[in-house]
Amino acid sequence: MARQFKEISPNAPVADRLTNWFENRIPTAFEAYKIHMSEYYAPKNFNIWYFFGALSMLVLVIQIVTGIFLVMHYKPDATLAFASVEYIMRDVPWGWLVRYMHSTGASAFFVVVYLHMFRGLIYGSYRKPRELVWLFGCAIFLVLMAEAFMGYLLPWGQMSYWGAQVIVNLFSAIPFIGPDLALLIRGDYVVGDATLNRFFSFHVIAVPLVLLGLVVAHLLALHDVGSNNPDGVEIKGPNAPRDAKGNPLDGIPFHPYYTVHDIMGVGVFLLVFSAIVFFAPEAGGYFLEYNNFIPADPLKTPAHIAPVWYFTPFYSMLRAITGEMMYVLIACVLVGAFLGAFKSKLPNILKVAVVGAAVVLSAMMLAIDAKFWGVVVMGGAVIILFFLPWLDNCEVKSIRYRPDWQLYMYGIFVLNFVVLGYLGVQPPSPLGERVSQVGTLFYFGFFLLMPWWSQIGQTKPVPDRVTFTAH
Amino acid sequence: MKKYILALITALSLSGAAHASGSEGIAWDKAPVNTNDLTSLQNGAKLFVNYCLNCHSAAYMRFNRLQDIGLTTEQIKDNLLFTTDKVGDTMKAAIDPKQAKDWFGGNPPDLTLIARSRAGHQGSGADYLYTYLRTYYVDDTKATGWNNLAFPNVGMPHVLWELQGKRRPVFDTKQEHGHEVNVFKGWEQVTPGSMSPLQYDQNIGDLVNFLQWMGEPAQKSRVQIGVWVMLFLLIFTFIAWRLNAAYWKDIK
Repeated sequence: MARQFKEISPNAPVADRLTNWFENRIPTAFEAYKIHMSEYYAPKNFNIWYFFGALSMLVLVIQIVTGIFLVMHYKPDATLAFASVEYIMRDVPWGWLVRYMHSTGASAFFVVVYLHMFRGLIYGSYRKPRELVWLFGCAIFLVLMAEAFMGYLLPWGQMSYWGAQVIVNLFSAIPFIGPDLALLIRGDYVVGDATLNRFFSFHVIAVPLVLLGLVVAHLLALHDVGSNNPDGVEIKGPNAPRDAKGNPLDGIPFHPYYTVHDIMGVGVFLLVFSAIVFFAPEAGGYFLEYNNFIPADPLKTPAHIAPVWYFTPFYSMLRAITGEMMYVLIACVLVGAFLGAFKSKLPNILKVAVVGAAVVLSAMMLAIDAKFWGVVVMGGAVIILFFLPWLDNCEVKSIRYRPDWQLYMYGIFVLNFVVLGYLGVQPPSPLGERVSQVGTLFYFGFFLLMPWWSQIGQTKPVPDRVTFTAH
Repeated sequence: MKKYILALITALSLSGAAHASGSEGIAWDKAPVNTNDLTSLQNGAKLFVNYCLNCHSAAYMRFNRLQDIGLTTEQIKDNLLFTTDKVGDTMKAAIDPKQAKDWFGGNPPDLTLIARSRAGHQGSGADYLYTYLRTYYVDDTKATGWNNLAFPNVGMPHVLWELQGKRRPVFDTKQEHGHEVNVFKGWEQVTPGSMSPLQYDQNIGDLVNFLQWMGEPAQKSRVQIGVWVMLFLLIFTFIAWRLNAAYWKDIK
């Protein structure tokens, strides 16, 4: 599709002529700038929760740039890896800064991504027509977990080694293919040099490529359907008010209004980030675990192996699935299937099929080791997020107009997630096990029962326009 | 609702406490760490090279990095290096690893990062080391003749015993939940050392201070640079805030 060649007066200023020269030769770039920046209309009522999308982009850039410099000095070799990290920390000029930025960046990534996801959760940003934005986002989260897990092996400390050993061994719990799959991931019968090399390769090139692709897809989909906002009001809907040029009255161009707004957020974020990098890079053993300052030793298992904090809610759910807990889960499956079959308006044949499937599943849950179901539950806890757009039956999107009691529901969900995270850091204890079992049931109950509970209660009237008070 | 949350928090903190009391060794003393005190660091470096480096290495630490704690290359060469070492070398142990394994049943760990790796919920790694190096006691049931309160059944003998002298801990027996429990009460000096207890504590403080510094030689410049970065970011954020306000003032 050829575009009209734009002529410009030879007497125009140099800058204008230069711009014109480029615009005639790569018009796509200029259109992209308009579509995604200067003419992308975003709702003007964004609040503090809307900083975290831009901030996760910033952290991604920090991780890529610091990562490039780390790779210049790091040695992916089991006999050299640990020493090369200490070499970076001691002998490479500014190496300590680059390394601390990268290690703090990993945790910061999860902080901003968790907050970003929570924003989507409470304002219903996953709902029609933004399902794909949410799905790409969930995929980013999943890929980010893989990226962080593989990156954590690279310093080759005790926790790197044994954390990887524990997590890769989980795959061997899968019936039939498990042991071979674990072998394929490790490249050896134990975590070793082969594992380190393949994790390095995945961490520095394969997974980041996927991550970047998904981020592009996430943003393209977002800019096609437009951003949601704290009111859940569609500013670009068919009945939304527009000005004479057809631009939404409740929207403002992303650039300059939100670029300048996000720069302010970047300042605050960097203050917190730098405070950790410069004054507490270990963050009390949560960002850099103490045990990881001991080189990996395949013959010495640490007394207490804990994943880094951002995985601990899911790790808790894994540990919660004991033999006892299986009976509770089987009861849940059977009760759920019977209730579903009787309450639904399915044809009889399908009702029988649902109950039959539940019975077969229960039999499998009895036959296969609880360890495998623990892995299923841990994976399911992430996968279930993908289904959120089709689980929510509430009339309104935003928490602002949902029934009051649902606010408490979301509050307990957050508290539950934090408690699960805390328990995942702690060594196993009988009480902790019980609490994490209840927490696991609540986590899954929150999502699986959402089609039912999200309809309960009186919603509040949603305004026609976004609520906005001038600054 | 609040009641349940409180109950949950109490239960969780109790489970944490149960874990703390289950760990080995006595409570850790607070180490007098000040990595800006060059005299202390230099004394610590001297003790480290004279007493620790025979068996332990500091394989990621270069001798010439000691310039950061105020020593000149000449001073390092004359006082701290073995004759065969070069000033740009890392600190290797004098002992042959094979012999070490025969004598102690294992290789003495590298000490470069010991102050970072030994931290835990009981305190910093320096706190642990400060307690550990001051709680050796004679114990004839052990092969080395030594035992330790912070590290029960430790493999390392009391290398600094000539400085501290021989000591024995005194315990009180107490009834706790129907069990007899030994509670550490204090020390009984068996033979005197060449240093007074106060001198010994000060010297161990210096040694631990050095180990703390060696764990991360950049820690001082890290903090110094950090202050400037924070100041810059405060100004940056202030300007960004005002700029944002200037753009947004017309948005109604």
